[in-house]
Amino acid sequence: MADNDKPDHSKRRFLVAATSIVGGVGAGAAAVPFVASMLPSERTRAASAPVEVDFGRLEPGDKLIVEWRGKPVWVIRRTKEMLEGVKKNDDKVADPDSKRKPEFTPSYARNEYRSIKPEYLVVVGICTHLGCSPVDKFKAQSEPFEQGWRGGFYCPCHGSLFDLAGRVYKNKPAPDNLQVPPHKYLSDTRIVIGDDIKGA
Amino acid sequence: MAAAEKQPVTGAGPFNGLLTWIDQRFPLMSLWREHLAEYYAPKNFNFWYYFGSLAILVLVLQIATGIFLAMHYKPDANLAFASVEYIMRDVPGGWIVRYMHSTGASAFFIVVYLHMFRGLMYGSYRKPRELVWIVGALVYLSLMAEAFFGYLLPWGQLSYWGAQVIVNLFDAIPLIGPGLALWIRGDYVISDATLNRFFSFHVIAIPLVLLGLVAAHIMALHEVGSNNPDGVEIKKHKDPKTGHPVDGIPFHPYYTVKDILGAVVFLIVFAVIMFFIPEFGGYFLEYNNFVAADSLKTPDEIYPVWYFTPFYSMLRATTENFMWVLAAALVGLVALILWRIRSLTAKTVIAGIGMLLLLGFFTIEPKVWGVVLMGAAVLIYFFLPWLDKSPVRSIRYKGPLYKSALAVFAICFVILGYFGTRPLTDVGTIVSQVGTLLYFAFFALMPWYSKIDRCKPEPERLT
Repeated sequence: MADNDKPDHSKRRFLVAATSIVGGVGAGAAAVPFVASMLPSERTRAASAPVEVDFGRLEPGDKLIVEWRGKPVWVIRRTKEMLEGVKKNDDKVADPDSKRKPEFTPSYARNEYRSIKPEYLVVVGICTHLGCSPVDKFKAQSEPFEQGWRGGFYCPCHGSLFDLAGRVYKNKPAPDNLQVPPHKYLSDTRIVIGDDIKGA
Repeated sequence: MAAAEKQPVTGAGPFNGLLTWIDQRFPLMSLWREHLAEYYAPKNFNFWYYFGSLAILVLVLQIATGIFLAMHYKPDANLAFASVEYIMRDVPGGWIVRYMHSTGASAFFIVVYLHMFRGLMYGSYRKPRELVWIVGALVYLSLMAEAFFGYLLPWGQLSYWGAQVIVNLFDAIPLIGPGLALWIRGDYVISDATLNRFFSFHVIAIPLVLLGLVAAHIMALHEVGSNNPDGVEIKKHKDPKTGHPVDGIPFHPYYTVKDILGAVVFLIVFAVIMFFIPEFGGYFLEYNNFVAADSLKTPDEIYPVWYFTPFYSMLRATTENFMWVLAAALVGLVALILWRIRSLTAKTVIAGIGMLLLLGFFTIEPKVWGVVLMGAAVLIYFFLPWLDKSPVRSIRYKGPLYKSALAVFAICFVILGYFGTRPLTDVGTIVSQVGTLLYFAFFALMPWYSKIDRCKPEPERLT
């Protein structure tokens, strides 16, 4: 350079590239705290504790809604007829034995009724499609959305159907059965949601 | 240019001195000339050319009303719903500002949809206006984001469940989906954290992006010049003396006056809706949104606001059975492309992409494809400048094929929108599925039907 007034192009290119790369890495690193600030806060994480429910006063055929991690969890006391309906529904539902997503059905609920005790169904009342809360259609009667309906749930958002074991009907937008939350019985009518027997 | 070399400003009477002083320190007169007084626009703009300037008017209206709403609104899950009621009942003039803002949101989409349809009719996306069109499509995308974020703020039942559904769309993306949805919400469900950040996006982040894009849209337009209903370039014939297009007229005063007339008529209609039918039968303000958000109960019927319903219909139409139809359509399209292109590498790539998609159709669940279709329905606008192979720009000279295709497309858009506001029925699903297919066919088949169409010759100059 000293004896030549012309700029050294290869050196200049190298410096421009090096500056750009170092600057880019710096800008990327600076983005980290901003991106991280949008993750669930510590307080939000702490709020997702297990919930205890006593459903001793639940009548057969009724439903109880409790909040767990901000989501509705349903406890439904099924009648004999309702359970019969579930049995007959095996050919209508997409995944009768809850095999598709093991994380949606803990092993102790991986049966036809999808529950620990056949009488009580415990499911997260959030459609597996896009997160609406399905509506109760417990009565076995022909409905506009299904001839020969045996009772279950209808999602108002996109028309997914679930039977009274929370199993999704075939050819509906929802891909999976309603999630059974981890839960365990403390006594005959008391359960804790969000906590279960280890290794279950 | 040194300040002293500039000509003094004339024609402003007593303000000549002041304007000259400013012009010597700021490019005032050159901006004025470039964008208004000497921006030559085609002389044959018709009715459809009102909607660009009306979109700017509504943008200003939304920003102005938004500033005043933000003075009273509280972005807190416990206070938000009540603070909107407070604005409506207790804040002096609050109701009118809010109705202006809510009516403005729907008006914005009406105006923008008509503005886009104008572009489709007169070929305003064709070379050299590709970037005008693409920036415009980005404006449309930002507008959708702005409307979506804003819709959560009243914290009604539909605000809540609408946001729940849309954020869960991201949840459907394989692998990164669940983490991404969690990051957007900042919680496991839509909650206070979500409301607070959506407020931030709605009042500052997206408006800044929107303003920047609108500026870029106008700058790109003024660089290449406006298209017109005939679709012929006015720059081809310039006056040899002045150098201005012979078929062009200065934007100011000719089109400023025309646009003021449009604005007056628009504001009359706007005021009638705002004062007498602000809910517009549940389309502009949905009835279920007058109920405060309840995270445990979805309303019996939930729909997005009308301007999102065409895309919502596509989402609902994507069922397991529909995947077979999509697969057949894909195979047909790939076969058509393979038949028409020569290059062997391109053939291999297209066939490969086709095979991958086909494999995906039957291995990844339909809900993901519903989301993909919705996204593709918006993103496909970006490719429009290269899909249209017609020798002419304007619908005035295009043949019967393009005319019918555009008519079918517009009808499908309206029908999809209508069924998106109705409860789900078997008939509705089938109509939506047909509508979805035709919507995409308009774009996917355009390279062929626009090429073989029997167009009329374009005139040399404006008619």
